[in-house]
Amino acid sequence: MDNEENSLLDHITQGEYKYGFVTDIEMETAPKGLNEDIIRFISSKKKEPEFLLEMRLTAYREWLKMSEPRWAHLRYKPVDYQDIHYYAAPKKKQELQRLDEVDPELLQTFEKLGISLEEQKRLTGVAVDAVFDSVSVKTTFSETLEKLGIIFCSFSEAVQKHPDLVREYMGSVVPSNDNFFAALNTAVFSDGSFCYIPRGVRCPIELSTYFRINAARTGQFERTLIIADEGSYVSYMEGCTAPMRDENQLHAAVVEIIALKDAEVKYSTVQNWYPGDKEGRGGIYNFVTKRGMCRGSHSRISWTQVETGSAVTWKYPSVILLGDHSVGEFYSVAVTNHHQQADTGTKMIHIGSHTKSTIISKGISAGRSNNSYRGLVKIIKRAQNARNFSQCDSLLLGDQCGAHTFPYINVENKSAIVEHEATTSKISDDQLFYCQQRGISTENAIGLIVNGYAKEVLRHLPMEFAVEAQKLLSISLEGSVG
Amino acid sequence: MLIIKDLNVSIQDKKIISGLNLEVKAGEVHAIMGPNGTGKSTLAWAIAGNEAYTITGGSITYRGRDLKELSPEERASEGIFLGFQYPVEIPGVSMTNFIRTAINEQRKYRGLQPIPAPEFLAKMEENKKLVGIDSKLTNRSVNEGFSGGEKKKNEIFQMAMLEPTLAILDETDSGLDIDALKVVANGVNKLRSKDNAIIVITHYQRLLEYIVPDFVHVLYKGRIVKSGGKELALELEEKGYEWLKN
Amino acid sequence: MEQIVKTMSLKEQLSDQFQRHRDIIGRNDTPLIAQAREQAFHRFMEQGFPSDHLERWRNTDLKRTLSLDYDQDIVAPALNTEVSNLLRCNIPHFDTFLVSLYNGWYISENGSWITRPDGIVIGSLAQAIKHFSTLVEESFARIGQATRNGLEALNNAFAQDGIFIYVPDHVSADQTIQIVSMVDHDRNLLLQNRNLIIMGKNSRLKLVHCDDSLNQQPSFTNTITEILLGEGAVIDHYKLQNINDNSSVISTTLFHQEANSQLSTHVTVLNGGLIRNDIYVDMEGENCTSDICGLYLVDKNQHVDNQVQVNHLKPYGTSNQLFKGIIDDHARAVFNGHVHVHRNAQKTNAYQSNKNILLTDKATVNTKPFLEIYADDVKCSHGATVGQLDQEALFYIRSRGISYDNARLLLMYAFAAEVINKITIEPLRLRMDDLVKKRLRGELSICDQCVLHCRTKENTVSFDIDMSKI
Repeated sequence: MDNEENSLLDHITQGEYKYGFVTDIEMETAPKGLNEDIIRFISSKKKEPEFLLEMRLTAYREWLKMSEPRWAHLRYKPVDYQDIHYYAAPKKKQELQRLDEVDPELLQTFEKLGISLEEQKRLTGVAVDAVFDSVSVKTTFSETLEKLGIIFCSFSEAVQKHPDLVREYMGSVVPSNDNFFAALNTAVFSDGSFCYIPRGVRCPIELSTYFRINAARTGQFERTLIIADEGSYVSYMEGCTAPMRDENQLHAAVVEIIALKDAEVKYSTVQNWYPGDKEGRGGIYNFVTKRGMCRGSHSRISWTQVETGSAVTWKYPSVILLGDHSVGEFYSVAVTNHHQQADTGTKMIHIGSHTKSTIISKGISAGRSNNSYRGLVKIIKRAQNARNFSQCDSLLLGDQCGAHTFPYINVENKSAIVEHEATTSKISDDQLFYCQQRGISTENAIGLIVNGYAKEVLRHLPMEFAVEAQKLLSISLEGSVG
Repeated sequence: MLIIKDLNVSIQDKKIISGLNLEVKAGEVHAIMGPNGTGKSTLAWAIAGNEAYTITGGSITYRGRDLKELSPEERASEGIFLGFQYPVEIPGVSMTNFIRTAINEQRKYRGLQPIPAPEFLAKMEENKKLVGIDSKLTNRSVNEGFSGGEKKKNEIFQMAMLEPTLAILDETDSGLDIDALKVVANGVNKLRSKDNAIIVITHYQRLLEYIVPDFVHVLYKGRIVKSGGKELALELEEKGYEWLKN
Repeated sequence: MEQIVKTMSLKEQLSDQFQRHRDIIGRNDTPLIAQAREQAFHRFMEQGFPSDHLERWRNTDLKRTLSLDYDQDIVAPALNTEVSNLLRCNIPHFDTFLVSLYNGWYISENGSWITRPDGIVIGSLAQAIKHFSTLVEESFARIGQATRNGLEALNNAFAQDGIFIYVPDHVSADQTIQIVSMVDHDRNLLLQNRNLIIMGKNSRLKLVHCDDSLNQQPSFTNTITEILLGEGAVIDHYKLQNINDNSSVISTTLFHQEANSQLSTHVTVLNGGLIRNDIYVDMEGENCTSDICGLYLVDKNQHVDNQVQVNHLKPYGTSNQLFKGIIDDHARAVFNGHVHVHRNAQKTNAYQSNKNILLTDKATVNTKPFLEIYADDVKCSHGATVGQLDQEALFYIRSRGISYDNARLLLMYAFAAEVINKITIEPLRLRMDDLVKKRLRGELSICDQCVLHCRTKENTVSFDIDMSKI
């Protein structure tokens, strides 16, 4: 690498996080630490029915017996689970009916993030369920959706208004004892989104939530539940930005998706939590359990993710292909820079016959980061004629980072066809020179090439997201080298 | 020779051919034409015995034998050859060994001894010349890395080597330049005799200038909607398929 | 000979045996080796046998192997047969210098230590401790430092004998050296040996290593082979495994490559109850190349596990892994190929491919093609596939008149041929080719007629398909 490239690389990899600021709002906060009393406090604060409290307590007792997973290719300081606030809610003056009743400071925060609710509402036609430190502030477009029978609300509201649905489906895909972080989430989850699409309904708009972490030392434990009834369709978008903090913050969300017969769910994520500074201080620990179940025949679940943020990412959006002819898809771009570490991928569990899965993963590592793809493709004995295709590519920018691929392929049925391909490469000098010769600066050339590299995944994002994702890729990498 | 009666063929429960009738006698050349997706290739697969295609009704008899009872290799040994529209690549299996194995298995089926090596080699040389391919191609794995034209020539080469009594050529002419087309036609015309029959499946009249058919059939929506002599092909070329749809 | 008391677990039995006989086991040791042995024994007692909690052992369960009782010789056993009977190989035109490991102990017509006219020294490990003590001490120290699993420690504690080969600088072996490991015993046998092959600068060696069993008696082999390639050394290494269905082999092979050395290693698994190959390649110098190939054909309840770890430690290295397998009946095949490109191993090229054909729904494949990369100017790729024979190709072949069975055979053979064709010693390639054909035709799934020691005269097999022309 020559000097010019070096300095360019420095410039880029030293770009600071652009979304760091803190909003000052009065909080109602539970004391630090975790025990059964805190869980009872959360549950009573949220006026939850008995079954949910029981579920939380069971999960908590399971969690006590579990230990944090250590198999991932990640190194981080252990989390002190007693040094976290498990409940924080903005103090509500009253029930909010209109946007102008929302705390103006809050609205300003969203505006700084470029996701003003009003803008969203007026211009983009996207219904936004904004989650601001654990409690849903405002849900828009609910009237439109109500007419179609679509339920889209905060998790807490769903617990109050649709307890039967919550009771039937919550934990059916990610059981409370599934893993350490899922158990923790089940015990202490604060709020999140709930979505039910009735039989035969095609949701006409992209459903969206934006997540933020705001208060210092506040754990964020979101819970999302999406149920697509027979023959329905929904595209759901989740996006995150978080303000700068010095201490590591824990994020342990759970997302469950259920697709019944002929239903289709597309779940898109742009994740840009605070990654820590360039020395590796601070940043979010993102330990997320996302799983979908194609319960009915011919159902389809598709995960698309653009992961640019967080100091540590541990995340494997998965699909259990139970219904015959069901389809699971995973499209991912993961970018790590500075000291970020990501261990992310997917699991495709083929149970039904004629099930099909596709995995496209693009990892981009820069700085001193480590980026791992970890995936499992499992074809069980009874899964006749299952098909999987996986492609996992890594791009290295700079010689201090790492890019790893850990695919697991387990096949027990002879009619299966499973193909896995992976490559690792860097941006070639030839490619850069070619661009430069045509008058494109190295920085732009890299942006161009990286975006081209990620295109296969980006094209699966909804339009509104694709633009943001492209911007994010450029911001995260502008200048990361060749 | 080949009698198809009220044939119905489905693939994965989707009906492609319904109620097709066709008789091909020894010495005849039949052309089957028709727009895309009308079941031309399906007919070829059904005769050759591809298990993905299910015969749900009717019958195909070849020289008095019900083909339904025969495996693809038995049909081949009975003298049926299918020139594939998309010949399959088989890495690791050399052309030479592939053909020799095929010839010997067919001979075994007919109660003959394996072909003596000198005879086999002479036949290879003769037919390579006929279709204009060289040893570079025959030393490679079956169809692996062949160009589109080479694959089609290779089908004709195999046909010449195997000397079938009924050859079905599924769009062997598609994607060929005029020189390659002549090679294909030469190969077919060489096979033509009073004992053999040929079915040519094609989109275009072009090939039929070189292989003059005795009969032309138009296949539409899984059945033969019109039959005629070679002039029908010209008529189709002129008017297109639209006028048949009424 | 040591009769082991039945009521103890294998680990307890081994502990008991070691403690009672450590003086005999270590009778040839130098103080350093004795020390390494002692430490290894303690580590084995801490670690025990590997369990499926270890990432590298999650798909291979040793329970069945460990549930049996085994005898273990602590001094060389008496021969049941003439030495010359053990040193026969009937591969036509295969001119090799043959040495044998009889139940793990070195056997040769030429005595236990010779220097060949070309300068190559061949002998038993026990002798090597006397003649090349430092080299053997280093080997025991290296294995002693590795903490991968308890089996390696166990070997370091017990191994007394094995093959030692020393190829001096600039010497090219004028003959292929062949090692035949023979298990022949009327009771269950545990054997642990250590082979050490040292190659000097710019030396060349062709080495063929066959594992065989003479009867159906269960045995458990825990063997380690270390091969050190000096600067510019070139080795062609072949391993053929064909043991009975009741036996287990854990074979660990460690290659250390210095600059500009070239390694080619090729393993063929034809039969065995449980076969596990741990292959480690450390590229310790620049500009090394290594080709690591494997072919496995398993059926019944057989279990084969190939673990390959290539460590690119220095720049300009090239590694190529190609493993292919056909899995029938209830058999299970495991593959874990791990390419680790270290930070300063720039300009590395690493390729890895694992392809499997499953013939039944009772058969299982677990494949994990891992890449771990810390250098940016590298080209690495891997691929893994699991599938069945190509249906389209099958139909195409049948449509030319070739029977279903032969079409299937043809495709399976073509699948395997890619690996067989990488064998560069012609007589060996032809023999492997023949064995694979027999194996695919189901004519070779018992090992009482051991591959390289067939007592019966070789019959030429006539194929319906002349597959030699493929």
